[in-house]
Amino acid sequence: MNVLRFTTAGSVDDGKSTLIGRLLYDSKSVFIDQLDAVAASSKRRGTELDLSLLTDGLKDEREQGITIDVAYRYFATPRRNFILADTPGHVQYTRNMVTGASTADAALILVDARHGVVEQTRRHSFIAGLLGLKAVIVCVNKMDLVDYAEAAFTKVCADYEPVRLAAGLPEVHFVPLSALVGDNVVDPSAHMPWYSGPTLLALLETLEPAVPEALSDFRFPVQTVIRPRTTEHHDFRGYAGRLAGGCVAVGDRVTVWPEELEAIVDGIYLGDQALPEAHYGQSVVLTLDRDVNVARGSVLTAGSVPQRGAELKAKLCWLDAKGHSPGLRYEFRAHGGHGQAMIAEVERVLNLETLAYEPGNGHLETNQIAEVVVRCATAPTTETYTSQRVMGGFILVDPVRGTTVAAGMIQ
Amino acid sequence: MKYNPSFLDELEAEAIYVIREAYAQFERPTILFSGGKDSIVVSHLARKAFAPAGIPFALVHVDTGHNFPETIEFRDRYAASLGAELIVGSVQESIDRGTAQEEHGPLGNRNRIQSVTLLETIERERLDCLLGGGRRDEEKARAKERFFSHRDAFGQWDPKNQRPELWNLFNGAKQPGEHFRVFPISNWTEMNVWHYIRREGIELPSLYFAAPRQVIWRSNSWLPVSEFITLRPTEVPTEKMIRFRTLGDITITGGIESDAVTLDQIIAEVETLRQTERGNREDDKRSESSMEERKKQGYF
Repeated sequence: MNVLRFTTAGSVDDGKSTLIGRLLYDSKSVFIDQLDAVAASSKRRGTELDLSLLTDGLKDEREQGITIDVAYRYFATPRRNFILADTPGHVQYTRNMVTGASTADAALILVDARHGVVEQTRRHSFIAGLLGLKAVIVCVNKMDLVDYAEAAFTKVCADYEPVRLAAGLPEVHFVPLSALVGDNVVDPSAHMPWYSGPTLLALLETLEPAVPEALSDFRFPVQTVIRPRTTEHHDFRGYAGRLAGGCVAVGDRVTVWPEELEAIVDGIYLGDQALPEAHYGQSVVLTLDRDVNVARGSVLTAGSVPQRGAELKAKLCWLDAKGHSPGLRYEFRAHGGHGQAMIAEVERVLNLETLAYEPGNGHLETNQIAEVVVRCATAPTTETYTSQRVMGGFILVDPVRGTTVAAGMIQ
Repeated sequence: MKYNPSFLDELEAEAIYVIREAYAQFERPTILFSGGKDSIVVSHLARKAFAPAGIPFALVHVDTGHNFPETIEFRDRYAASLGAELIVGSVQESIDRGTAQEEHGPLGNRNRIQSVTLLETIERERLDCLLGGGRRDEEKARAKERFFSHRDAFGQWDPKNQRPELWNLFNGAKQPGEHFRVFPISNWTEMNVWHYIRREGIELPSLYFAAPRQVIWRSNSWLPVSEFITLRPTEVPTEKMIRFRTLGDITITGGIESDAVTLDQIIAEVETLRQTERGNREDDKRSESSMEERKKQGYF
């Protein structure tokens, strides 16, 4: 992997902004003028150089001193590029965490060494698992405030095990650190000789989370049809999209959904360049050897047969400030189709305190996570979310206001 | 089949995907073209996204009237080479109509009132989507931008009420009169942009390359001498080897001293520069929140 996309979560005072500031500062990703601005700002507030100011972007956040939205950060080391989705940690902003995690390969979860594994830790881990993140790094922060005691660290590791199991996280790492002082973030700590593992940055540089989509069967949702209608390319008819799974080569036999028609790929293009094959994540144009009905929302597949039901069992995270009531209609949007939909059933709702699902009453409120049945007017082409994130995710849009009200993961 | 894409390949694939989504979801999508390297890269990606068909977007340029002559010359030639329609919104016309007011005083410039002209152009041309070269690494307020950024009927951005953006499922639903700004290269850094320009052999305006230019030292950067700036009594124009890291209104775009006359030299220079590129833009220095304030009012 040449790029690692990761997300961060923590409670309000876990020192998340300071940790990110430290990561950027110690990896020399901060420019002089940014640092000058932070130094001036810190001075006005009468504090020492406050690295958390590097990442707090919006005016309201500066006034309230908290992060209220997802912010993206970029840094690179000689070994790897990083895209970080920095998300707020307190409970009413679950939607931002879900958003940040949806594009991430890994998550950093912050734990305050003084307080250990708390409710927020469980909640954030649960969301990381729900969104299908393959790797989690538990950052046991503020080790300086517990005298760098190994016992505080090992207690977190032990207490986290049941959380890991409940959240269904395949790969978990632990690092004892102090973001404020800089121990084990980029530079190894001199205060914790008992820890021989990698620093946080070293771990981020070497993490190789599994990408099941790269190994899955070929999936190609069509975004748009390209017809130049020029003399040179008079009969050219290409299908533009980005591979959502697997790979494809010229000569491969594919099935076009929803019509379930067979065709053979006779051309793959990226710009003016013809390619012999294309892989998961690539944006290309495909041409087929025969005229079939392909439009936006069509999916080209090979190998296993995709899901084709109009009724979808899904885990749903309600994102909108306005809740859901039985009978309301939405617009369903996924890579494999879009159209009218309704929530036919709210089967169970997650209790965020106990992390157990409980019977639902048909209603959904902001930040609630539920198991539902969504009924679509037209059957989309999908996959289960655990097998293919791209094909298994969908959003619901309010047809009047146009807002994105929910994120769904097909079961 | 083993495939190990470079970071640039991944960024390109993502940008092309976003551009195609904009095309598919809107009725009159266009590219907001400043003549700067980022909007040139977006245009290049748009061409690549639809090849062998032509680029399906018009280029929209907001002309402050205070231009580097090279920018206008490049703009016209580039639009013609893409075969793209060019839509120009004139700040001077907004001032003449009385919808925008010139800022006076030594710090006065036309940067803020560009927003007025842009919104007038969007309304006049009934545009519902502008693809732009904004990047999240440029500035703190931009770090929170979505790929698909909703603007209300007044062209305003509401940072506290942004639509969550899940996976790569972009939601371009809107009410009549509203529009979207779409940022395909959101995840690129300045360094990525330069490497991509070199890899793809993209042509740039000469202003990006060092040349002897007449400048004055103002607000910690070298400001080009032009008919549009008023020299203060203590300011004496001198000739320096100067290049520009961003291109905007000539009255507020400061250059840096440089000997970089080739792309390789620019890349080597950018790698060692420890100052962000907007640091030379006078408009961002007014206050800690200046970019956020302008964005809320419809600025790109």
